[in-house]
Amino acid sequence: MRSTRPEHKRWSVLSAPLVRTSLWLLGIALVCVWLADLQIRSTAPWSELARFGRGLIQPDFATFDTAIVALTRTLAFAFTGVGAAAVLGMGLALIFHYRVVRIFCAFVRSIHELFWALIFLQFFGLHPITGVLAIALPYAATFGRVYSEILEEGDRGAVEALSAHSGLISIFWYARVPDLWAHLTSYTSYRFECGMRSSAVLGFVGMPTLGFYLESSYAEGQYGEVGMILLIFLITIGSLRLWLRPKLVVLYLLAAPFLLGAGLPIVWGNATRFFTVDIIPSPLRNGEGVAGLASWLGDLLLYQALPGIGTTLVLTQIALVGTGIVALLTFPLISRLFVDRFRQVPGHGLLIIGRSVPEYLLAYILLQLWGPSMLPAAVALVIHNGAIIGHLIGRQSSTLRLRPDVVGGFNCYTYEVVPRLYRSFLSFLLYRWEIIMRETAILGILGITTLGFYVDSAIQELRFDRALVLIFITALLNIGVDSLARTIRWQLRLRTTPAKLEAV
Amino acid sequence: MKFFWRAFALNLLLILHVHAGVLVFTAIPDEDESKLKERFGPMSEYLSKTLDIEVRYVPVKSYAAAVSAFRNGQVQLAWFGALSGVQARSTVLNSQALAQGVEDQAFWTYLIAHKSTGLKAGDVIDKSMRGMTMTFGSKSSTSGRLIPEFYLTERFGESPDKVFERVGYSGNHSRTLRLVESGSYDIGAINYAVWERELAAGNIDTDEVKVIWKTPAYPNYQWSIRGDVDGQFGAGFSDKVKAALLAMDDPKLLQSFARSAFIPAQNSDYAPIKRTAKQVGLID
Repeated sequence: MRSTRPEHKRWSVLSAPLVRTSLWLLGIALVCVWLADLQIRSTAPWSELARFGRGLIQPDFATFDTAIVALTRTLAFAFTGVGAAAVLGMGLALIFHYRVVRIFCAFVRSIHELFWALIFLQFFGLHPITGVLAIALPYAATFGRVYSEILEEGDRGAVEALSAHSGLISIFWYARVPDLWAHLTSYTSYRFECGMRSSAVLGFVGMPTLGFYLESSYAEGQYGEVGMILLIFLITIGSLRLWLRPKLVVLYLLAAPFLLGAGLPIVWGNATRFFTVDIIPSPLRNGEGVAGLASWLGDLLLYQALPGIGTTLVLTQIALVGTGIVALLTFPLISRLFVDRFRQVPGHGLLIIGRSVPEYLLAYILLQLWGPSMLPAAVALVIHNGAIIGHLIGRQSSTLRLRPDVVGGFNCYTYEVVPRLYRSFLSFLLYRWEIIMRETAILGILGITTLGFYVDSAIQELRFDRALVLIFITALLNIGVDSLARTIRWQLRLRTTPAKLEAV
Repeated sequence: MKFFWRAFALNLLLILHVHAGVLVFTAIPDEDESKLKERFGPMSEYLSKTLDIEVRYVPVKSYAAAVSAFRNGQVQLAWFGALSGVQARSTVLNSQALAQGVEDQAFWTYLIAHKSTGLKAGDVIDKSMRGMTMTFGSKSSTSGRLIPEFYLTERFGESPDKVFERVGYSGNHSRTLRLVESGSYDIGAINYAVWERELAAGNIDTDEVKVIWKTPAYPNYQWSIRGDVDGQFGAGFSDKVKAALLAMDDPKLLQSFARSAFIPAQNSDYAPIKRTAKQVGLID
């Protein structure tokens, strides 16, 4: 059938800002795919994957008691870290209107918790405080920003009704918090779920959490044990709503500090040494002066930072677009519009698994199965983030009201549902841009040459001066992407705030 | 809000709690953790019995973590590779190498290759490996990285990351073996003692992976102790530890180290390693 639309109108959709932005992102990602190394290296990737799959289906419970201790530690680190972060974050939210606080928070947040852990390890060593602070610091900065946004959006009626003599704290506590309580707690409990993932992953650098045992079992090919560990982790996260009750949280918070494990004693002199010696650029320490510093910095930027930034950007853009595609493909699985309640169950299961398993862990597993290239990292990022966004827009789609005479199936998906969800889809995706990049950088620790690879190398060589410069560069890159994403969101008038976006 | 604060305060209290009086030791995680447990569990019992104090082994996840723990005084004794030992002792005043295995006086690294490469064993490094993929062990391993990187660089006149299409760091020797055996990497550098032990145990499929070159000998692993232990545990403590290490004769324990006996070592034994590490650019 011939279209009756005039030619220019048929194509005009391509110039719509939302579509144009999407096409740009897609185009950049395609160039990145061309640049990237996405081969499967190992000669028998699928037989190994099958062995791994069998381990998942037949978990081995022989070391169940060790895993339960590790799970307890994982919960303890998450509760202590996120609890401290919530308190600090609330404080930060109250003074968030100061520019310096905002910049401070953006900076602290842009450094991944594993990087924080690697820094604290240098002077607190294998002491629980390393893990607690590694979670608490970046989480506090995030809480600061999001709490302040929640407060901004709240109704100020109650505040204006109060006497002019009321103090700042009592205004906050009696007039603001009750009104926003539900919103604050739902966001905080979402972040607690993130904290569980962070806590588990901290095991990879030596904290006694699930990641510690998972790494050992995995490296030795004990897939049954890996299956058991993953299973109890998934059950714990999947059943969060059942056991994370407001009254019980008090109990958990009180108990958590006692369950962190002893670790090794702190030697305070190490902190002083770290700040006064270790992180001073080596040419300055060795008295080579400014000239030495310049060539040191030049080499560092040219041979480590630049290649690292390149790989990080390439992988980020591929993962971003892949995430979008996976989200758009998976959300119908849990949407009332396409599947009835009963048949949503497997879809929900799939997305819960996808978003519960940390991408670091997924990348680690896939990397061992497929050999070293960007592919395992990209797939891990896409699965995890795609499942999160798929879940969010899936839920949103269920609230859409369609006309009673709408045609179902594929046409409904392409011409009705996706266009109507596209604005929020894109804003979710842009919001996760920075998160994906932060995660991409950290995956370098596993051996993909993103910035984290060079940071890890510097730390392995005990060159903390270099490590810190590279972490600083990673942070700046993150802040850059974050503000770019914000500009795009603003230009497209996608004004949804992260607080609303994240509360799953 | 109050309970948040209370939990937070309790936290701090607990975290600042410090305990001492226990000899804590660690080791570089150069092999699978179950292997390390088999080795260092009995080791800590042995030390505890011989020295008559509480001894604790702390497992770590990376070579750098072992070095940092030693440097930071959280452990007093450690089983290091040559390079990690040099790194660790250079940061702790009066720390010393106490003992090494008989085999550590002359240690080797094997270059191993997957069968698909078609590489054959030889007396020199086969230049046709240019353009293949290669995995080292840990980034700061002596046998898994420093020594093979040194000889590869010497042979090709440029560093491995320029010679090979891809250079990876598996993390430890057990993993290097598996990665080359499975063909994920064409070539790997592995500690000869690990290879020989796994070979004897029948854990290597020699149809898939072969030794293609052996480095010249170099000094490797050693027990190192911090300089301040005598102050902490009483005069003569480091001599006592040294005597205990040298007196180890339980065949099972020795076998878990893949060593026949332990002999005295000193810092100067590792001077060549320090020079090599400087040449390769791993230390300043």
